[in-house]
Amino acid sequence: MTDAALGKDLVGLEYLSADQIRLILDTAEPFKEVSERPIKKVPALRGKTIVNLFFEASTRTRISFEFAEKRLSADTVNVATTGSSVSKGETLVDTARNLEAMRIDMVVIRHPSSGAAEFLGQRIRSNVINAGDGRHEHPTQGLLDLLTLRDRFGRIEGLKVAICGDVLHSRVARSNIWGLLKLGAEVAICGPATLIPREFAELGIIILPRIEDAIAWADALNVLRLQLERMQAGFIPSLREYNRVFGVTRERLARAKKDLVVLHPGPMNRGVEIDSDVADGPASVILPQVTNGVAIRMAVLYLLAGGAPDWRATPQADDR
Amino acid sequence: MPSVTRLLDAPAMASTLSDMANRVVERCGGTGGMVLVGIQRRGVELAARLATMLSKPGAPVPLGKLDITLYRDDLSTIGPVPRVGETSLPDDLEGKTVVIVDDVLYSGRTVRAALDELADFGRPQRILLAVLVDRGGRELPIQADFVGLTVETGSDDRVDVAVKELDGRDSVELVQGGPL
Repeated sequence: MTDAALGKDLVGLEYLSADQIRLILDTAEPFKEVSERPIKKVPALRGKTIVNLFFEASTRTRISFEFAEKRLSADTVNVATTGSSVSKGETLVDTARNLEAMRIDMVVIRHPSSGAAEFLGQRIRSNVINAGDGRHEHPTQGLLDLLTLRDRFGRIEGLKVAICGDVLHSRVARSNIWGLLKLGAEVAICGPATLIPREFAELGIIILPRIEDAIAWADALNVLRLQLERMQAGFIPSLREYNRVFGVTRERLARAKKDLVVLHPGPMNRGVEIDSDVADGPASVILPQVTNGVAIRMAVLYLLAGGAPDWRATPQADDR
Repeated sequence: MPSVTRLLDAPAMASTLSDMANRVVERCGGTGGMVLVGIQRRGVELAARLATMLSKPGAPVPLGKLDITLYRDDLSTIGPVPRVGETSLPDDLEGKTVVIVDDVLYSGRTVRAALDELADFGRPQRILLAVLVDRGGRELPIQADFVGLTVETGSDDRVDVAVKELDGRDSVELVQGGPL
C-alpha cells in the first residue's frame, strides 16, 4: 500500500488520490478516541517541531491545529503576521528559510494568496500543510467535512451534497468539491449567479440556482460563509436580501422530504447564510465538524511525519 | 527455500492457552480486580480467549485492547503508511491487576510501548505479561510472566501466529531461511 503514502506536503485534495483521502479518514478514526482519554496525549510526534505560520486571521483552524500538534506531543510555535518580521516586509520564503534554519520539521501555513502553500513546499525541506491559501484550497477542512459526512451516512459514495453560498471566494468549497468527487459523491453548487463560478459545470457539478432546489435535491447541505471581507462591491444587493433568497432557514428545511444534514465551516454569519434555528437544530453537525477537525489534523500530521523525507508529492499523480 | 515448522496446531494452541489461564489464576489468587489487555492485532484475539476461560457466570473478566502504534519509537522507519488500530480500555485501571496479552515476545519494544501507554490511562496495582510464544532476542530488559511456548530463533526467522478469527485457522509456525 505504499502507493497510498501522502508524500511531503498536503497542499490540496485535488492532488490526492481516492485511496490517499481514505487513508487520512481511516487514520483519523483512532485519533478521535485519543481526544476522549483522560490524558489527551500520545508520544507519536515527540521531538518534532512545528511552526504555525498564519498570514491571515483564524481562530478555529489555528486552535484546531495546535490541539492536534500538542496531542501528538510535538513542540509548536505560532507565528502571526502582526508582531513578526512579516510586517517589516520580509518575504514568505525568507521567513520560512529562517524558521528552517532553526531546524523545524513542519510548517502549517495560512496565506491570502492562492498557491502559497505549494510555493513554500517546493522551496523548503520541511513538510508543509496548507491551512487555507486564498481561494484555492483548505484541505483539512474538506477532509473533516468528509469525515463528518461519513460518520453520519456511513459512506460518501452516491451521497448528494449541495455546497451553498459564496462558492466563488471559497477554498472550503474547492477542497470539498475535489474530495467529494474523488470519493464518488454527487455535488451541486447553489448561490447567487455572481458567486457561482460557471466553469465548475465542466467538472460534472450540478448548478442549482435556487436554495429550495438544493434542499429538495440534497442529502446534505454545506453552507458556506458569505466572505464579506473578500467582497469589495456588487456581489449581492444586501445581507437581508441574501438571507431572504438564499438563507438556510427552518421553514425551508421543513419542506424537504427527508431529513437533511447541515454543515457549516464557520465562522457563521447567523441570520445571513444560516438561521440560528438551523445552526443549533437537529440537522446541524457543525460542532461534530469541529471535533472531527482535531482528529483529521492529527491524522495528517502523523501520516506526513511518518513518510520518508524524500518522497515527492506536490502535486501528485491523480488517479481520477 | 524457507522451511516451515509447525510449533502448535489448533488443539495444542487451545491446551496451551488453557494452561496459561490456569497459571494466571494461580499466580493472582483468582480473577478479582483483573483486566486483560490484548495488544493489536492478534493479542486482542488471544486475550479474548483467555477472558472466556477466566470468566465465571456473574464474574466476567474485563477485556481491553491496546494499539501501541502511537507509542512506538520508530515512526520514521516503519514506512510510509502506518496503520493505527483501535484502543479501548475499561474506564478505571486504578488498583487493578492488568495482564497484557500478546502473541509473540521478541525485542520487547512493543511491551515497552504498551507499558508507557497504560501509564497514561491510569495506575494499575500491578501489570503482568502473558505471551503465547517467547522467541528470545530481547533488546530491552523485559520478561514475560506467563509463556505458552519458548522457541529458539535467529534474527532471520519469523514466528507466525494465526488465529481463526483473523486468519481462518489456529496455528503457530516457525519460518526459517528467508521470506516465503
